[in-house]
Amino acid sequence: MAELLQRIDLVGLLAATLVTATPLTLAALGGMMCERSGVVNIALEGIMLTGAFVGYAVAFTTHNLWLGVLAAMVAGTGIAAIHAVLSISLLVDQIVSGTVMNILAVGITGVFYRNFIEQATVAGPGTLPHWNVPLLSQIPVIGPIFFQNQFVTYAMLVLIVVVHFVLFRTRWGLRTRACGEHPRAAETAGINVYFVRYVNVIASGALGGLGGAYFSLQQIGNFLPNVTGGRGFIALAAMIVGKWTPLGAFLASLLFAGSDAVGSRLQIYGVHLPIQFLGMLPYVVTIVVVAGALGRAVAPAAVGRPYRKS
Amino acid sequence: MSRRWRQLLISAVVVPLASVVAGFLVGALAILVTGSDPIQAYSALFAGAFTNHNAAAETLVSSIPYVFLGLGVALGFRAGLFNIGAEGQFYVGALAGVFVAFSVHGLPGIVEVPLALLVGMAGGFFWAGIAGVLKATTGAHEVITTIMLNYISFLLASFLVNTKGLLLAPNVSTPRTPDVDPAAVLVTLIPGSRLHAGLLLALIAVPIVWFLIERTTIGFRIRAVGFNIDAARTAGISVRRTIVITMGLSGALAGLAGIVQVLGVNKHMTDTVAAGYGFDAIAVALLARSNPWGVLPAALLFGALRNGASFMQLETQVSSDLISIIQASVIVFVAAPVIVRWLLRLREAPVQTLQITQRDEVEATS
Repeated sequence: MAELLQRIDLVGLLAATLVTATPLTLAALGGMMCERSGVVNIALEGIMLTGAFVGYAVAFTTHNLWLGVLAAMVAGTGIAAIHAVLSISLLVDQIVSGTVMNILAVGITGVFYRNFIEQATVAGPGTLPHWNVPLLSQIPVIGPIFFQNQFVTYAMLVLIVVVHFVLFRTRWGLRTRACGEHPRAAETAGINVYFVRYVNVIASGALGGLGGAYFSLQQIGNFLPNVTGGRGFIALAAMIVGKWTPLGAFLASLLFAGSDAVGSRLQIYGVHLPIQFLGMLPYVVTIVVVAGALGRAVAPAAVGRPYRKS
Repeated sequence: MSRRWRQLLISAVVVPLASVVAGFLVGALAILVTGSDPIQAYSALFAGAFTNHNAAAETLVSSIPYVFLGLGVALGFRAGLFNIGAEGQFYVGALAGVFVAFSVHGLPGIVEVPLALLVGMAGGFFWAGIAGVLKATTGAHEVITTIMLNYISFLLASFLVNTKGLLLAPNVSTPRTPDVDPAAVLVTLIPGSRLHAGLLLALIAVPIVWFLIERTTIGFRIRAVGFNIDAARTAGISVRRTIVITMGLSGALAGLAGIVQVLGVNKHMTDTVAAGYGFDAIAVALLARSNPWGVLPAALLFGALRNGASFMQLETQVSSDLISIIQASVIVFVAAPVIVRWLLRLREAPVQTLQITQRDEVEATS
């Protein structure tokens, strides 16, 4: 029994789960701010991809990882801003607009990657440093899981609390939710629906961009085409499963990340399934969970509908 | 010219054409930013798409899957369903069809080809049908489920094609299925090129899908559900059944694209046979504004871009990913015609944006 536990390395598994859940949670938080204000953001995949690329490109040229993180967030807001103009002001179908942003992100990152990075021969900027929180990181089990991480993971943990507070404890959050549930009523009450939606969509770009920085600056210290590999879409699923709440989305992200981590370790545990089936695990889990295994989720009432000012 | 015809001309011809031109201008801007010469790049793009040796035939070859896939995605749009899973349905259709095509021997081509095509369509129908059933019974959004099914299908294809005793051919250096039976191969139309009879199938598919949407009962139901779910339900249409059937038919067309590609071009299947066709199909359908006839020119444009892009990347420093920027810009202009109308100073006709996805979620009780 003890030997089995040692082989399973539960602490290592949980630590890996938390790290893998980082970009999912960040993108889910972004999607949540967006959707709570009434705008679907399927562009999160493209936002993360652009963030990952721009973050890397800036860190690469300035040799400063922190400027890279900042640039990733700015790049995310850029893509999100285009999505906002299209879907809020120009009344374009929000899913069409999001899809276009995803295609655009593949194009932009692909073209500039080929021109500026692929042919580069200098060494990359490395990855963000591991920070051990004094004292807390020494606690058994809890310490290695939560307090020996890199910046983006710490930021995620803080942002879960921040987004929860903003959405449910501030006037801005109340306005945001009003715009997502009944924009006409919100407008009547004197809320500028367009302004609220713009700010939330752009904020989601910053969160998604930070999630993108995870891939290039925290995880691999490089950029590869399509490095996000559909994580933006899984994040949307996490948001839905988490019922549009920060804590719920975090737990759902942990579930997906956990199935990922378990899948990649099953062979170490002596389970000999074909590698492709292990890879399917997070996607299958996503489908099963979105299909209502954890109860039905109800979206904000006005989400997805363009709002025309009267 | 009457006002109505003028409006139709503007929304069906002028706006899409202007959007394509504007898309290329945005692309040129991106080329400039990377420090290359747009004229040089676009010349190479054009040569690679049309004027090089066999380029025109190759462009048609690439357009064939786009026609089927574009029709499939457009069909989904008409019911308000966003099928992002065409790529996966392409794989599953190709896998199912290729299995028949390489394991059945002794049948004449006139029997074996339709058999393989039908099995391919069934594969796509089944794979998309999963998303349809999930949407109809649990309300799970098809955008999420079809994307997840995409990843699963890639891994499934990789598993089947790489595993001995399943679809892996014996004694091959790179994993692939055995070659299809000679009787199952789609004939070549122009000797010396790769242009195959799939082109004729694509040309037939367009009027069939148009007829299905515009002139049949199921087509009426599809449009009714896409137009207004509540009204359709009140009129006694089974929304759930319509969703499942629409997703299935959409997937069947994607599966058809897959098996036609295998029987016409590759003659066997690898785990990378689709290479992004299904994702581009979303753009094809959007550019066509979900109209089956519009799919033809849109598919031709995308086939040309795809072929031209690889030659452009070879000849100049510009990445073939540039066409994604062009595609994205074109769709923006098509989806937000207000921009084009403003640019061209077209003042008549009310601003109409492209509304595709459903406004109302399906109630689990319907």
